[in-house]
Amino acid sequence: MSSLTVAGLTKAFTSTPVLSGVELHVPGGSFTALLGPSGCGKTTLLRLIAGFDDPDSGTIALGDRIVAGAGRSVAARSRGIGFVPQEGGLFPHLTVAGNISFGLPRRQRNDGGRVRELLALVGLDAGLADRSPHQLSGGQQQRVALARALAPEPSLVLLDEPFSSLDAALREETRAAVSRALTASGATTVLVTHDQAEALSMADQVAVLRGGRLVQLTDPRTLYRRPGDLDVAAFVGEAVVLDAELRDGLAHCLLGALPYEQTAGVAVAEGPARVLLRPEQLRLSVPGPAAAVARVRSVDFYGHDSRVWLDLVGGPTVTARLDGADLPSAGDDVCITVRGTALAFPVPHPTPVAAGAPLG
Amino acid sequence: MTLALAVAVAALALLPLGYIAWYTADIGWSGIQELVLRPRVAELLWNTTRLVVGTVICCAVLGVGAAWLVQRSSVPARRVWHVLLVAPLAVPAFVNSYAWISLLPGLDTYAGALLVVTLSYFPFVYLPVAATFRGLDPALEETARGLGLSGWAVFRRVQLPQLRVALLGGSLLVALHLLAEFGALQMLRYPTFTTAIYDQYRATFNGPGATMLAGVLVLLCLVLLLAELRLRGRRGYARTGAGAARPVRPVRLGAFTVPATAALAALVGLALVVPLASLAYWMAVGASSGLAGTTLLTTTGTTLALASAAAALTTAMALPTGWLAVRARGRIPTLLERSTYLGSAVPGIVVALALVTLSVRATPWLYQTVPVLLAAYAILFLPRAIVPVRSAVEQLPPLYDDVAASLGSSAPDRLRRITLPLLAPGIGAGAALVFLAVVTELTATLLLAPTGTTTLATAFWSASSALEYGAAAPYAVVMVLLSAPATVLLSRDPHGAIATDAPRGLTT
Repeated sequence: MSSLTVAGLTKAFTSTPVLSGVELHVPGGSFTALLGPSGCGKTTLLRLIAGFDDPDSGTIALGDRIVAGAGRSVAARSRGIGFVPQEGGLFPHLTVAGNISFGLPRRQRNDGGRVRELLALVGLDAGLADRSPHQLSGGQQQRVALARALAPEPSLVLLDEPFSSLDAALREETRAAVSRALTASGATTVLVTHDQAEALSMADQVAVLRGGRLVQLTDPRTLYRRPGDLDVAAFVGEAVVLDAELRDGLAHCLLGALPYEQTAGVAVAEGPARVLLRPEQLRLSVPGPAAAVARVRSVDFYGHDSRVWLDLVGGPTVTARLDGADLPSAGDDVCITVRGTALAFPVPHPTPVAAGAPLG
Repeated sequence: MTLALAVAVAALALLPLGYIAWYTADIGWSGIQELVLRPRVAELLWNTTRLVVGTVICCAVLGVGAAWLVQRSSVPARRVWHVLLVAPLAVPAFVNSYAWISLLPGLDTYAGALLVVTLSYFPFVYLPVAATFRGLDPALEETARGLGLSGWAVFRRVQLPQLRVALLGGSLLVALHLLAEFGALQMLRYPTFTTAIYDQYRATFNGPGATMLAGVLVLLCLVLLLAELRLRGRRGYARTGAGAARPVRPVRLGAFTVPATAALAALVGLALVVPLASLAYWMAVGASSGLAGTTLLTTTGTTLALASAAAALTTAMALPTGWLAVRARGRIPTLLERSTYLGSAVPGIVVALALVTLSVRATPWLYQTVPVLLAAYAILFLPRAIVPVRSAVEQLPPLYDDVAASLGSSAPDRLRRITLPLLAPGIGAGAALVFLAVVTELTATLLLAPTGTTTLATAFWSASSALEYGAAAPYAVVMVLLSAPATVLLSRDPHGAIATDAPRGLTT
């Protein structure tokens, strides 16, 4: 296992900049997710790291070894980086065993023991070794692709949206198997995804990419609780964003006077501001004199929990996440209380974002 | 590197066209006037035109009628009829022509020529139209019936408009083949441009007369090809979503079942049974007069060797063009690919004439050698190799190369372990199509084969030209047997997709 350090990386395709000055450090043995909307440059970054393309400027280093930039370009085949593409990319003319042993030295290619070992590592039955790729399910193909990438014992494994083509049930199962295999192999892992739940649940650290730049690099909990700005906040989860007035250590907004905190590195002065709450912080109760009043617009019932759409009096629509059986109905008037603290952000310039709607 | 190779291939493909154009420019307007504007050319033009128009109309009627009966009516044994209606493609047109004229010497008229070439070429219309009938959504017909249209009105107002593209495409293919047809028409003594060029060439070698006739012929081909290219753009659109969601309920023929079956039987009888019976008859005659079996064996050996060499060479030449057309999409690769199609649309007689003249003038040491003959085959049959190679490259995403590289595989290693194994089926299919085309190629082989080299087609030709029909028959039988597998493949092809590009060589 070795660390990955990316510094000042830029790349443009026919004068359209895709990456502009990306800085990223992935510690050895860790699992990092590259999270961003489609078109943010995350796949390009992955291809540069793998060595399929060359950066315009900046450097990529594996441990202490510079593999791209600073006048060097180590070929993809000499980087020792495992790559798992989106749909698995299994070679259709080779069996499962042929695929897995593709990157092994010639002498080990016919060693059935090694193939069985790798199949076991990704949680597949050894009986699949002689199958053709088209006889496997999508999840099995992904696991074989991972086994193939892990076979030459790479120091770094890159996964390019490996679960996006799987249906929901298979995705969970495949994710768990892949996580186990990667932990067991001890390889440093970089996963590209646009699915925030996947990034938050699988990774040790999440790098958020936006418009060709790295906007935040931190662990999943911090990312969710203290996002660097409101866009990141909305991207990594549902958000309730309200206009507020910061005064006397409290944020005064439509939901009352709330205790607030600030994200590290984002200073907010007293006065007009925006505050972020998560829908699960909102609690509903029968109307009383003290708390904020809202009217229930509609309820999305999911079984394990529900989302309640609330029209605030004289203000925007916000959502609350509620568990339990005691749900309001559309048209009910309810009181809203807030658990925990709000997160304050400066008022964006020039026009404020439409508040309250879940943007994630 | 790949680009340079593809440019060289395109240049070779355009060589005959370039030669004709250069010659025409060189001879000047007065020369053209003298050689082209004369009664003989007018007569040839009239002969060619009326034969093309007549054949296209007959093929269209037979092809659409047969396709409707087989695909949409309750005529019995539809699968069998389908194979039997494609099977005439296994009999080269000049063999068909020989089969008829050897039985009925009075066929050397316009009507005779029309009969023989129609029977040889109607499958070119039948195949794409049948494929389109299969793909038509039955819901449209049912809707039309629901609106009160009669069966005939449904055909005319609903089905025919949807068949238009397939019908026009097939008709243009018939016309292009007919312009290039030499053997069949020469045997029927029906003079057209190809036969006139051949006679001129025999009389005056590479005189300006033959070249100018070739110029007029090429011009006719280009006009047709331009129409074909304009259609091709729309053809893909017309075919999307082909494959009916539900099986079609065939139209009940009722009392018409017997006449309809009889009509199909008559068509198959004339197009397939008559030539095969004639071949069998002449085989028997030839056997009684005693045939040198060793000559047949050596000729077959020569033909197979030439066809294998041509298949290997042409497929190798198709690789860079097919690769670039997929991997480096853009104007230049498209232009290079189209150049090879354009080059192969030039009739075999013109390609041969151009190569003879060029090799005599520029490279006399190459005149009448195997390389020049192979070059002619390559020019004529390149698209056959490019089409399957190209679709194989489309099945090979660049991703596989990236993944293999990340697994530590070097460029030559990737070529050996990934690229070639995945391209192999396409390369094999292309080589097989070229091989089969060369086995029955007559025109270019007649003009370009080295002295003493005889192929099945040329041996057949010299025997039948000398009216030794019995001696000619065994060569024809071998050619038919070798062509049969390709025909079976064509009848199985679900969309008739290769039908529009593939079967040219079965007939020229």
